[in-house]
Amino acid sequence: MENFLVWVIWLVAAGACLVTGLRVVTASNPFSSALSLIGNLASLAVLYLLASGEFVAAAQVLVYAGAVMVMFLFVIAYLGGRADAPWAGGTRTIQIASVVTAAALLAVTLVALMLDAGGRLSDEADVDRAFGSPAEMGRYFLTDQLLAFEITSIVLLVAAVGGVVLGMRSEAEALADAEETA
Amino acid sequence: MSGPGIPWYLAISAMLFSIGVAGVLLRRSPLIVLLSLEIMLNASNLAFVGFSRLFGEMDGQVFALAVMAVAAAEVCVGLGLIVAMARRNLALDVDSFTELRG
Repeated sequence: MENFLVWVIWLVAAGACLVTGLRVVTASNPFSSALSLIGNLASLAVLYLLASGEFVAAAQVLVYAGAVMVMFLFVIAYLGGRADAPWAGGTRTIQIASVVTAAALLAVTLVALMLDAGGRLSDEADVDRAFGSPAEMGRYFLTDQLLAFEITSIVLLVAAVGGVVLGMRSEAEALADAEETA
Repeated sequence: MSGPGIPWYLAISAMLFSIGVAGVLLRRSPLIVLLSLEIMLNASNLAFVGFSRLFGEMDGQVFALAVMAVAAAEVCVGLGLIVAMARRNLALDVDSFTELRG
C-alpha cells in the first residue's frame, strides 16, 4: 500500500515536472514561463524528497523557487512589454535542427540508461533515516566538504560584485542624462 | 527503497535536460534562454540526487547544493546583463547581439 502511494506521488510529481518544463519553453509570455518554472522547481523538490534528499528539497523551495524566481519576476516586471520577444528565432532549418538535436540527445541518454537499467543501476545502497537530513548535511558540509563550502561562498561573492559592476551607470549614459536635463 | 527505482529518476532528468536544450536553441528572448538554462541545471541536480541515493553517499547532494549556488550566481550576472541591455535600448533578442563592444 505504501509502495503504491509513493508511486502515485512520484508519477504526479514527474508528470507535473515535465508539463511545466514544456510550458516554460513554449509559453509566449515570459511571465507564464517564469511561473511555470516555479511549478517545475516545486515538483522537482517532491522528487528530491522521494529520493531522500530532504535538505536539498528544502533548499530548492527556499532558495530556488523562492529567492531566485522572485528576482526573475522582478526583472520581467521591470522590462514590461519589452520582455516579449518573438517566439523562436532563425530559419525554419535552424528551428528543426534545434528540435532534432534535443531529441537526439534524449534518445542517446535513454538508450544508455536502458542498456544498464537491469544491472548496476537497480541495486540501491541501504541508507538510514539520517541520510540527507539537515543535521547530516551540515556535519558533512563543515567537515569533509569544507573546501567546497568555502569555494561556493567565493563564487557568490564574485557574482555579487559582477552584478554591481553591471548595474553601474557608464559615463556615456551619465553624459546623455546630463544633456537631457540641461 | 519503496516506489520507483533510480533509472526512473534518471529518465525524468534526461527528458528535462532535453526540454532545456530545446528551449536554449529555439527561443530568442534572453530571459527565456536563462529560464531554460535553469531547467537544464535542475535536470542535472535531479541526476545528482538520484545517483547520491543509488550509492548511499551524500557527495551527490553536496554537489547539487553547489550547483544551486552556481545557478544563483548565474542568474545574478545574467539578469544584470539583460537589465544593462534594456537600459542601452538594445533589442532583447539573442540573434541581434553579434558584436562585443563596451
